[in-house]
Amino acid sequence: MRVGIIGAGIVGLSIARWLSRYENIEVHVIDKNPDVGWGVTKANTSIIHPCHEEDPDKHPLRMRLCLEGHDLWYEWVRELDIPSRWPGEIIVAFNDEEIHVLKHYLSLAVRNKVPGVKLLDKEELLSIEPKINPSAIMGLYAPSAGSIDPIQAAIAIAENCADNNVYFHLGEKVIDVIIRDRRVVGVVTSEKVYDFDIVINAAGLYADEISRMAGINDYYIFPRRGQYILYDSTAEPKPEKIIHTTPTPKTKGVYVLKTTDDTLLIGPTAEDLSPDKKNELRTTREGINYLLRNAEKLLPRLPPRNLVIKTFAGLRPEPSTGSFIIRFHEDPWGFIDVAGIRSPGLTAAPAIGKYVVELIHKHIDLKPKNKWKRYRKGIVRIKDLGVEDRNKLITKNPSYGRIICQCRGVSEAEIIEAINRMKKIGVKEITLDGIKFRTHTMYGRCQGSFCRVLVSLIISRYVGIKPWEITFRGGNSFYGIGEVKSLFKEVIR
Amino acid sequence: MNKTYDVAVIGGGPAGLAAAIKTADKGLKTVVIEAMNRLGGIPIQCIHTGFGLHYFKEDLTGPEFVYRFIDKVMDRDIDLLLETYVEEIINESMMSKKIKIISPKGSWIIESKTIIYAAGARERHRYEIGIPGFNVAGVYTAGEAQAMMDLYGIMPGKKILIIGSGDVGLIMARRFVLEGAEVVGVVEILGYPSGLTRNIVQCLQDFGIPLLLRHTVTEIKANNGRVSSAIISEVDESLNPTPGTEKEVKCDTIIIAAGLRPRTKLLKKMGVLIDPRTRGPIVNDYLESISVPGVFIAGNALVINDYVDYAVEQGETAAESVHEYIENKGVLSAEWRKVIPGSNILFVVPHYVSGRKDVVLYSRVSRPLENTYFQIGGIGKKIPLIKIMPSTMLRIVLRKTELSKYIGDIVVEAVEK
Amino acid sequence: MKSYVEKRVICIICPRGCEIRVRLVDGKIISVEGYSCPMGKKYAEQEVCSPKRVLMTIVRCENGDLPVVSVKTSGPVPKDKLLEISRYLAGIKVKPPIRIGDVIIRNVLDLGVDIVATRPCMPVENKYSDQK
Repeated sequence: MRVGIIGAGIVGLSIARWLSRYENIEVHVIDKNPDVGWGVTKANTSIIHPCHEEDPDKHPLRMRLCLEGHDLWYEWVRELDIPSRWPGEIIVAFNDEEIHVLKHYLSLAVRNKVPGVKLLDKEELLSIEPKINPSAIMGLYAPSAGSIDPIQAAIAIAENCADNNVYFHLGEKVIDVIIRDRRVVGVVTSEKVYDFDIVINAAGLYADEISRMAGINDYYIFPRRGQYILYDSTAEPKPEKIIHTTPTPKTKGVYVLKTTDDTLLIGPTAEDLSPDKKNELRTTREGINYLLRNAEKLLPRLPPRNLVIKTFAGLRPEPSTGSFIIRFHEDPWGFIDVAGIRSPGLTAAPAIGKYVVELIHKHIDLKPKNKWKRYRKGIVRIKDLGVEDRNKLITKNPSYGRIICQCRGVSEAEIIEAINRMKKIGVKEITLDGIKFRTHTMYGRCQGSFCRVLVSLIISRYVGIKPWEITFRGGNSFYGIGEVKSLFKEVIR
Repeated sequence: MNKTYDVAVIGGGPAGLAAAIKTADKGLKTVVIEAMNRLGGIPIQCIHTGFGLHYFKEDLTGPEFVYRFIDKVMDRDIDLLLETYVEEIINESMMSKKIKIISPKGSWIIESKTIIYAAGARERHRYEIGIPGFNVAGVYTAGEAQAMMDLYGIMPGKKILIIGSGDVGLIMARRFVLEGAEVVGVVEILGYPSGLTRNIVQCLQDFGIPLLLRHTVTEIKANNGRVSSAIISEVDESLNPTPGTEKEVKCDTIIIAAGLRPRTKLLKKMGVLIDPRTRGPIVNDYLESISVPGVFIAGNALVINDYVDYAVEQGETAAESVHEYIENKGVLSAEWRKVIPGSNILFVVPHYVSGRKDVVLYSRVSRPLENTYFQIGGIGKKIPLIKIMPSTMLRIVLRKTELSKYIGDIVVEAVEK
Repeated sequence: MKSYVEKRVICIICPRGCEIRVRLVDGKIISVEGYSCPMGKKYAEQEVCSPKRVLMTIVRCENGDLPVVSVKTSGPVPKDKLLEISRYLAGIKVKPPIRIGDVIIRNVLDLGVDIVATRPCMPVENKYSDQK
């Protein structure tokens, strides 16, 4: 039995990981991007939510999957060596109205059986997190909240899937879903035609378009843009706890958190865009100012502007129905929607995978593999090792001692290892972003102004293409336009 | 690997090399630690002239200038550690510093009595100066574009917009034109250009490149992952964009030449105090950190210089200081006199003087001034300036004899006539 | 009829940046105004009659430790020839070893100046071969 998953984001990959446990299923993951996790997954707040903000009456499935997904992440981060931290989160109230909101979420925490959630008075609040603005009057503490590196998570799951014989078809855009006798039988991509018995639509922002290809037309996805500001690791104040303003009906509020990478993240905004604006990944002056205003409430003062290392935007796939759309269709049989996975989608992803497998299991008998590989290790980082281990590695391979990224201390060997791992999961085009997400070169204080050119030379040498033919992220995003002096040749020709 | 050096020079650019040559000549056991696989630092990629006018009284290109120092280093008994990354510097005592390094030869600790820190500067990038829009290919700092083109033979783009009218931005404008690209303009947020007149003339006017003063880029637009245009707006008095003045400029590449910042991460970590005005370390006239004895700083890691010649001069000053330091097991105690930036002064380096020796002050004014005196309070020194811009670094020598005329803090001011 | 032209030159000799006005009749200088020193006057006259510049660029280099070598003209050339020389150099490829001062092209485009290297370029060491 062949299963095709459309979308190599955190949701599609989580489904693939669950399905890779069964021996009578051959799993294929297709994505239009050259690499995994480049859609919704890449740019989000990175929180593993405790699930005290989910209303079980309005969204019972979402609540269940969030709660279960949260706990699965405890295991997945360990099994897959995903960077994570679990400091807990605090919703901060500055007035009576907001205290009211905190009490509401406390009641949800009790109903949802979320562990450890409690109200903090001002004194408790400031002693648990001294970096909060002292004008805060109360907090709601949820100690089970965590933060993971979402793109590293996608990469880790993909590598584990590849180890368990999942096939990846990256850089291929699905242009049609083939249906015969009211059954799904395959998909057509920009490259070829695939025969599948089951097709899982985990296409994020584009899930509505994929559904339409299968004749399903009862919802649409609109992008909700979230902008972010990222500060250098030296930025202060940098709270230990994840802190955020009180949620509104639309959003979970603005977060301030230390990432797994030790940087300081502020975000997101929540801007609803029209359904055709699925490429509007741009930051705006208004958006950035909104974030600064809100972060100013949470922190007594903001870090200086010169410590900003990046501003970026992500798009969340908001379903027109308001709820997760997860369903096994009878017509066409074998088509599964996993659409509208908006917040808390990252938290829920592992549980969504499990749930989808349960849906399939209702129709098909799944036989577990004898040997399923549970573990995956991340790239060894020279910077994280002690002197002895470093020297062992460097003696064996001197390029572990050749530091390419000065900001983060990343070695040439780590970059080459990233290239090899990309090839292993079927990445056809080795991109600068792909290297960035895996190694964290071009990610620090200088944003690649020193090391990007060196990274491009390593890719060039190792992959056998010219440095100017390397792209940041596919498409027309070439690093250069040609060899120097080539503009004159155009004129001569 | 186990020897103790008298001085470890961190950074093999002009300041570091000049320092190492001098310490070696004074018989000090010297090691140069360089992150790249070659010596020379940034001037290797600066193929334009303008180097060495003060030091050699010649107009050299960057590589020509710096190879004169590389050749001297090669002729001397100086240990070189290339491709060596300094992870941390630990201040053990006044006469012992430990440098944690990683290199293809291994990871170990280098011991040295003193440090000359000459690790240069980094460039301000797009996010730091706050340009919103799409994060796409085609946005590079001037230094990255320079390395791409003039070291590694990669042409970054063909229709270029440059942000920042400092010398780096102006020189890059000319470089692009001379490689067959079109430069659509240079955008400067201030009301006056930040570069030398010579560069305004020879890099922009020679090629008819427009200079847009009091403008900023307010958005980067993209097509299929690459820059497609920039929205530029006029700015008001407080440098905020004025709504309604937006213009779209087609380009495929945006070069950020928005200035440099001293690289101080390792210094801060070991407790070196930083001057918020220079963003470099606070030093005395030995160019020694006032908070961590035995750590001397030179070149752009100390203060952003206009001329490489000044960086070299600072390297040599640091080298002389190290020699004295080792002789006396430290800089001898003194009644330090504070150098205070007064009216119209952005900064002055060094921050303290001992009065024991001649001192070179490096300073910038905080706004363009005409017909002024650069005046050093108490000492009564007055230097007339016809026209002075913040972009021009002032270099003033104060003689020991002048310093001895007056006791107390030294206030540096620029006062209009 | 005599042709009468006034040209404005911003002096680059010192940071003062004087705006110097040069009047020409039939291509001959009749007056120079606005300068503050004799060097400025001389500069303005030169800029008006035959502006010259040194060209700095790169040529491509095969099998060198870097793929390009930086070069300059050995003396100033007429301003309007800069781009032409750079374009001409697009057709040139050199081989290491190259040392500072090596003449890459003698008497380029018959302008009476040479193209000389400003940066050395050595044969590439095969130092990365151990990784493949």
